Amino acid sequence: MFTINEKITVEIRKVARDLLKKGEVSAFLGYTKGTVPMVMKPFVARRQEDAERLSWNSFCVLNLANYLPLVLKSLEPPRRPNEPPPEGPLPKVGVLVTGCWSRNMVVQIKENQIERERVKIIGISSRGMVDRKKVQALVDNNEITEVIEEDHKLIVKGHGFTREINRWDVVRDNCKSCVHPDPVIYDEVIGDLSGGRQVPKRFGDIQEIEDMDIEERWQWFQEEILSCIRCYACRNACPLCYCPTCFVDDSRPQWVGKSIDKTDTALFHILRAFHCAGRCTDCGACESACPMGIRMRLFTKKLYKDCMELYGFEPGLKIDEPLPLTTFKLEDPQDYILQQGQKGEEK
Amino acid sequence: MKPLALFKSELDVFLKELSRDFDIFGPKRQKKGFLDWGKIEGLSDLDLSPGVTKTSVKSFFLPQPEVLFEFSAKTGDERAFRLKEPECPDRKRVLLGVRPCDARSIFLNSMPYKEDCYFQGNIERNIVIGLFCKTHLSTCFCTWVGGSPTSTDGMDIGVYELEDSFIFLPVSQRGEELLRGLGLREISQEEEGQLEAYKSDAPEGISEGIDIAKEFSKKSLFDLYDAQFWQEVTDPCLNCGTCTFLCPTCYCFDIQDEVLRGRGRRIRYWDSCMFPLFTLHASGHNPRGEKVKRVRNRFMHKLKYFPDRFGPISCVGCGRCVRDCPVSIDIRQVIRQFLEI
Repeated sequence: MFTINEKITVEIRKVARDLLKKGEVSAFLGYTKGTVPMVMKPFVARRQEDAERLSWNSFCVLNLANYLPLVLKSLEPPRRPNEPPPEGPLPKVGVLVTGCWSRNMVVQIKENQIERERVKIIGISSRGMVDRKKVQALVDNNEITEVIEEDHKLIVKGHGFTREINRWDVVRDNCKSCVHPDPVIYDEVIGDLSGGRQVPKRFGDIQEIEDMDIEERWQWFQEEILSCIRCYACRNACPLCYCPTCFVDDSRPQWVGKSIDKTDTALFHILRAFHCAGRCTDCGACESACPMGIRMRLFTKKLYKDCMELYGFEPGLKIDEPLPLTTFKLEDPQDYILQQGQKGEEK
Repeated sequence: MKPLALFKSELDVFLKELSRDFDIFGPKRQKKGFLDWGKIEGLSDLDLSPGVTKTSVKSFFLPQPEVLFEFSAKTGDERAFRLKEPECPDRKRVLLGVRPCDARSIFLNSMPYKEDCYFQGNIERNIVIGLFCKTHLSTCFCTWVGGSPTSTDGMDIGVYELEDSFIFLPVSQRGEELLRGLGLREISQEEEGQLEAYKSDAPEGISEGIDIAKEFSKKSLFDLYDAQFWQEVTDPCLNCGTCTFLCPTCYCFDIQDEVLRGRGRRIRYWDSCMFPLFTLHASGHNPRGEKVKRVRNRFMHKLKYFPDRFGPISCVGCGRCVRDCPVSIDIRQVIRQFLEI
């Protein structure tokens, strides 16, 4: 008996092998097993035989769209900064996508970071990825040496203990509240598509924070980022963060202090979140990459909610829809700019 | 001086005694579940579970940030245009429960920082009471890189944990002096027996009789630099600073002036070879401008440049980078790949 993920793994290998063999793609972007339990390693298969190392399970928590621009660029012939790309089609990359990753690719296409023609997209409907920090907490933070995954449970082993955990109990918060598990764009599909999900309280976690009073909320925010070491794993795991020079890295002029001063760290997190407004698909890569357990996803999700409420917009769902922050419509809410009675309405 | 003993039940009194003259820091369980350094106000704060803390001991020796001096460029200020030394905390610190890997990092880092008055000042200010390891985690590999679960490198005092007691082994002169004044008792015969039989469950070495530092010193720097494996090591890397910031032996820094309305301070803060500003020249050129060059630098520095210059490998095998790398880049694999070149 094969598990769902084992079946998907077999399929992925087959598809990748075929694409590389036929020369349809020059590289295939997927995941391979890491060296510690519950951490998967993004992997670029460049040769046909590499395909056998591809793997799929519930720990594929990073967003593969993040790697796509660099892998595509690595396949182009080298050229000077302002030199135009060579004539004729450039090498293609095969890539695995779930719902959110595909939506990020839509954003990347719209923002001219990748070209649709150069990617062969293999879609997989996401069953929700597991949060290893949740698993860790369930075994009192004792070291986990092995995790065996079945369809609906995880068997977690450590020194002197074996525990069975219900998979859904440890699925990441963003996946639990996700209503778009199916890829939005794809060329091929592996496994069955789910047809969408219903979630009772999609923004329940945000509502809780919104219900706090200002003082409480500020307190919550400061405590959440208290342990931040400014390693920028959250930023670097994010497919939206592709600026050649990030505002925190800039030193001429310098916008933000480089050390772990409270104000500087707060500024980094607030600005990072705002830069993702109307673009973030709530893929949760930032939170999964954070070594300190900071839930910075909640900052971006608040803006996701705002964008939906103010502009009726969800990022990455339609390839021909303009981005909300680059568009102006007369009926856009403007209360935050204009006082009442100033809206140019006739009195 | 002979080792001294303390019953576990007396640890509370011991901490109180120690706190009269020192601020005590040690591994403390954090709200998010992991162990990290914290101020130890009482017994309940201290958590001596196996394994290393989330962040390393380096923040006590290379504070994030370290204030180098303060200044004012404000006319009218009494001390304008004169540098002011940063204020020093008047109480010394004791670091409790420092694992042998972390302690060894202090020893290794003092090699490049030998003449650095700030680092040496911090060595002066922090007394290290180590805790030998009885068990190891699956990510531990101190025995690969010249350490051991009972290594005393970098410690002032080393502590064995026995069944009902702790045995304090003086290592440095000041460790000895400190121990003398703490009123500990002599070791009982039973404890002596236990100490004799003390076996730590050390992580396995990489392979029988291989001294990695020696092996690597024989290898050509250029062969390693141009090796084929770098591309694959680099592919998954996010170029985040998790590995370098959690690493006890990553000691690179940058310097900046933070100025507000004419008054400011010059700080030294952690840099990371993963970051785009690292080694960026004023001309705009960066010799490590691409991901693969940055990743290569991190491993080459630890495994080749440092040992070529100072002898030992600049890694203590604590396994933090292995455990917390978001994409499971494993330095042990890189070490194996080095050996194959």
